[in-house]
Amino acid sequence: MAELAATELALLQERFDCLTERESADHLAVNCPAAKLVEFCTALRDNFGYDMLVDVTAVDWDAQSPRFTGIYHFLSLSKHEYLRVAVDCADDINPTLPSLCDLYAAANWHERETYDLMGIRYEGHPDLRRILMWDAYPYHPLRKDFPLAGIETPLPAADVAAQTGASVLPAPMMGGPFVSSGDGPMSQTEPRARDESWTEKKEKPTD
Amino acid sequence: MNQQTVAYDSKVEGEVIVTQADAVINWIRKHSVWPMPMGLACCAIELMAAGGSRFDMSRFGMEVMRFSPRQADCMIVAGTVTYKMAEVVRRIYEQMAEPKWVVAMGACASTGGMYRSYATLQGVDRIVPVDVYVSGCPPRPEALLDAMIKLQDKIGRESAFKNLTARKASGAAPAPEMAGAGKVS
Repeated sequence: MAELAATELALLQERFDCLTERESADHLAVNCPAAKLVEFCTALRDNFGYDMLVDVTAVDWDAQSPRFTGIYHFLSLSKHEYLRVAVDCADDINPTLPSLCDLYAAANWHERETYDLMGIRYEGHPDLRRILMWDAYPYHPLRKDFPLAGIETPLPAADVAAQTGASVLPAPMMGGPFVSSGDGPMSQTEPRARDESWTEKKEKPTD
Repeated sequence: MNQQTVAYDSKVEGEVIVTQADAVINWIRKHSVWPMPMGLACCAIELMAAGGSRFDMSRFGMEVMRFSPRQADCMIVAGTVTYKMAEVVRRIYEQMAEPKWVVAMGACASTGGMYRSYATLQGVDRIVPVDVYVSGCPPRPEALLDAMIKLQDKIGRESAFKNLTARKASGAAPAPEMAGAGKVS
């Protein structure tokens, strides 16, 4: 497996000397500069047999620069091999990447999702609208600086908001999110082992 | 007649039944609840089971599931209501003819459930008035049946005639109370 990945990397680097190997726990992963992405992916599809785009997502590195890294997962149905491509976004404030919609139809909705949740604009995308949140939503919720509970915003429909008096409010976290630390006996690490009796009305006691 | 309960005496009344308008109206309404399935998540699967032959909602007179709000009078909100969907739920509720009732089925519809997140409405009672809440994630079909029977009891206790005349006098439906509207959490 590792040998296969090494020969594959050598083959890819032979054609694209801008590629560098990326640390990976599973299959082959490469870093690619944004300027070369479309050319590289065209070659992946037409010459290297990576005929399926499985996933498009992104990483927010928070305080680091470059802050956003676009991630692409390709699958070769003939070689039964996955390939991960990572592309850094040059701009930390308004991150952009070239769109792969012309190469892979699957990129369309995936890029819309990444735009919606991470705020990366895909240049050349035919219809870059939000796909999960509503069109007027002002934030990108999967960014590191966005709180899980949300930020107060008006409801998408003004008339419904006027009738009901409802708005998008931060969700009560009630001491959550409840995640086991997983590093000890379950009787001590599961959320129920800790005192989670506080609510949004009864504040969490400070030690 | 002083008693509140009105009994039928065939010797006195013959083919005439003396009763109260409320009793008749409520009796008619509670035995012909037409639910509209607002299926939004996995609760809808249990809702389908409750409507199917194994659990058989029709034993209690509420099997006429209608997928058009115009033909229904009880909205069963079964599942997670996102803020994006909240508008749709409210509009469909408004399209239902009076009198109408709402059942919040399951943890998500009642309180947002496990979705303490930026995208999920924390309880459908923030946008529509809810009559019965059902606990469970998802609730068993028996729990939904129990909720529907509780709703029937509630319909049976309504002042149907008073509501009707009040509505006629004011020219519009009384503004429904939202349990959690504008609730600051």
